[in-house]
Amino acid sequence: MNPLQLCLILSSLLFCVGLAGALARSNTILVLLGIELMLNAANLNFIAFWRYGPHAATGTGVVFALFAIAIAAAEAAVGLALVIAVHRHRKSVRLQDANTLKG
Amino acid sequence: MTLALLLIALVLLGSAAAAMLSRNLIHSALLLVGAWAGLAAFYLWAGAEFVAFAQVLVYVGAVSMVVLFAVLLTRQGATAAPVEFDSYKRMVGGLVTAGGVAGVLLGAILGTPLAISAHPAPAAISVKQLGLQLMGPHAAALLIVGVLLTVALLGAVIIAAIDRPEDPAP
Repeated sequence: MNPLQLCLILSSLLFCVGLAGALARSNTILVLLGIELMLNAANLNFIAFWRYGPHAATGTGVVFALFAIAIAAAEAAVGLALVIAVHRHRKSVRLQDANTLKG
Repeated sequence: MTLALLLIALVLLGSAAAAMLSRNLIHSALLLVGAWAGLAAFYLWAGAEFVAFAQVLVYVGAVSMVVLFAVLLTRQGATAAPVEFDSYKRMVGGLVTAGGVAGVLLGAILGTPLAISAHPAPAAISVKQLGLQLMGPHAAALLIVGVLLTVALLGAVIIAAIDRPEDPAP
């Protein structure tokens, strides 16, 4: 097994830990943290492919990872603001309680 | 080299799984700081120093603080009530789905002949090269990210701001 496969397995397992957290928990903050973990796993893939890819000198993977970190920071800020807004209206952070649009 | 990677993976996956399983939200947030620091260690291991520093600044420094603020602002009551798993069905469904996805991904990775490049250790990209990349070919993306961060910050402030009292109750 070469090191690229090890990195990819690590990122897959991290992604699945985040997926399990996002699906199994019903607290909105924990779901958001699970999504953050999934984004981090994607970043790990960018770096792994940059490190072991054929064009390591150009640094495209590093630039991509930096942009992904910036987008993830914006997503976390807006997501947690939404959590606070929902909590103010519903007095709850459970996902099942925010069901106004549910058919 | 591989031993360091395995150690980093152990810390990273251990703290991430413990954070997702914890019944205390504060403990979850603090364990995720450990996971993010482990990810920064992986970036250092892979030779992407600048990304590691960005990870420490953005995640370990900023996002963790935002998460802790959100946890404290949405607490119900004075006591830290444990956050239970909502239902057995939901938990089993989530774990089965994640396990299935893990199986598919691991099967695909182990079944693919991945050719890594012949030169095993490329020189770590310097900050100067990275700055030239960002300001040269990626200058438009850099500007767009700046605009996006500004808009996201303003949007977060507006969403989380207190409603005016004359607003009709929803």
